[in-house]
Amino acid sequence: MNRIDSLFQNKKQDILSIYFPAGYPNLNDTVPNLELLQKAGVDMVEIGIPFSDPLADGPAIQAAAKQALDNGMKLRLLLEQLKSVRKTVDIPLVLMGYWNTIYNYGVENFLKECENIGIDGLIVPDLPLDEFELHYKSEFEKYGVYNVLLACPETEEKRLQKLISSTQGFLYLVSSSATTGGSMKVNEKQNTYFDRIKQIESPSLIGFGINNKESFEYACQYADGAIIGTAFIKALEKNEAKSFINSIK
Amino acid sequence: MNNQIDNKGFYGEFGGAYIPELLRRNLDELENAYLDILESENFKSEYARLLDNYVGRPTPLTYATNLSAKYKTQVYLKREDLTHTGAHKINNTIGQILVAKHLGKKRIIAETGAGQHGVATATVCALFGLECVVHMGALDVERQAPNVARMKMLGATVIPSTSGNQTLKDATNEAIRDWIANPHSFYLIGSVVGPHPYPDMVSRLQSIISEEIKKQLVTEQGRENPDCIIACVGGGSNAAGAFYHYIDDKEVKLIAVEAAGKGIDSSETAATITIGTTGFIHGSKTLLMQDDDGQIIEPYSISAGLDYPGVGPVHAHLAKTGRVKYISATDDDALKAAKDLALNEGIIPALESAHALAALDKIQFKKDEVVVVIVSGRGDKDMETYMTHLEL
Repeated sequence: MNRIDSLFQNKKQDILSIYFPAGYPNLNDTVPNLELLQKAGVDMVEIGIPFSDPLADGPAIQAAAKQALDNGMKLRLLLEQLKSVRKTVDIPLVLMGYWNTIYNYGVENFLKECENIGIDGLIVPDLPLDEFELHYKSEFEKYGVYNVLLACPETEEKRLQKLISSTQGFLYLVSSSATTGGSMKVNEKQNTYFDRIKQIESPSLIGFGINNKESFEYACQYADGAIIGTAFIKALEKNEAKSFINSIK
Repeated sequence: MNNQIDNKGFYGEFGGAYIPELLRRNLDELENAYLDILESENFKSEYARLLDNYVGRPTPLTYATNLSAKYKTQVYLKREDLTHTGAHKINNTIGQILVAKHLGKKRIIAETGAGQHGVATATVCALFGLECVVHMGALDVERQAPNVARMKMLGATVIPSTSGNQTLKDATNEAIRDWIANPHSFYLIGSVVGPHPYPDMVSRLQSIISEEIKKQLVTEQGRENPDCIIACVGGGSNAAGAFYHYIDDKEVKLIAVEAAGKGIDSSETAATITIGTTGFIHGSKTLLMQDDDGQIIEPYSISAGLDYPGVGPVHAHLAKTGRVKYISATDDDALKAAKDLALNEGIIPALESAHALAALDKIQFKKDEVVVVIVSGRGDKDMETYMTHLEL
């Protein structure tokens, strides 16, 4: 069974997922970071594939991705680093990146590597659902890799239902109309959206703008859990990864 | 008419809309409305009226007497340099601002490299009383101070993009992020790039260039078709407009000139079609300059309007089918061509347009062939570069 499915079967609330870019802050930190996160009790990790032009990300994640690239991180190297990760890490692992990098690597080869490593899913914000269904769905299935979709406050109801039925593993609910790294704006419109997503019965996590215990707990009222990226990257910078996770849990 | 896009926004294998879900609704809104708007009588008459009495169209098709003698052929110049704001960019911004108005948008977002599209956008926003936010790479803000001042004088807010390499590519990223954060704004893109329907919409708006050439050549030569049309390509909007009504006229040779920078074999170039590979940039599948890890490479050209690492998907397609021939001109070629045009015809072209003019020296024409070169913009903005490199 896919580890993402097991997670959501066994845990129905307060799921904590952490995002950080591969090769950050130092080139060889990827696997040690994963081990640290598992030990600290994190439920799932999204490993960012650094890209030069990350459209959906804010300045903090773009800067971290740039540092990772300057460190020498490449997709090829990331897959190499992860080769033996399943000897020490057994929580679900998801790769998050942009389609150009994966397309450039070769989609089928990439998925094959993901299966070999034990990657459970992918989040590719700029791979449109119709393109995925038309050209890539069967390959993803062949290698047992989930395609996790995003929804946002601007998503209309009909589209939301389509995303709920098409996503695999869980639905990534973007908290507000913004790139990553903002702070969650709680206003009337936000509340309407949150009330909408509270109705979602299938697994879902809220991300973008979750940066402390308070916002984590708030998000957890509306979904199975939440995803923290930018705030964790800032903690990594200060070498405070472990205490940051403890402050959330 | 000569629209080669399919119903999903693809030119052959290129194009599409590879965008985050966060932009889905915005793009759906535009995609569902743009053709109806562009084809409505309301739009057509207002667009025509503004092109006529605000932009100053039709622009002349000037017979270049001295260049014709030099190259032993008949050279015509399509004078986009004579439009209001000094480049073809205004054809597009006039059209898109009318689309934005029809959609009831109040805030306009644009990206700009050298500042030409930013100025053209600020201009139409001033005309229509709409808020204008222009994203411009922090490096370009420094390098293009006069255009920054123009935009500000026209009432626009210029936001320096400090991410990445701080040039056009990053300004475009920031404009798209602004659109994600402000979904009720209108993104007024400056070239035939970006996600569907932008490449098609911008091509249609720039097609006025070839529409006029057809009429003007009838007067000049008694026929609609020249033997050859030459235009420069960065993102590719003036070329897309100049080729638009000639794509099906197979006897017309279409030549596009990319910026080779210091040479296509040097690492400092912007010749995307010549050296690029298939990938995804700013929501479009196209040819782009990238390394073996799929990271997008910062291009280089002496011309700020041509240093874009991608190219409009229509050009990737026309290159693949062979309908258009893509060649390149170096910085030095362009400088020489600019000087030639100034000395022979009394016209100082933009550095971008100088790349198209440089092709005259690279192609062997037959006597009496009719060759149309698009002078996409005027050279005022490039005087500093000309002063440095031409020792003026």
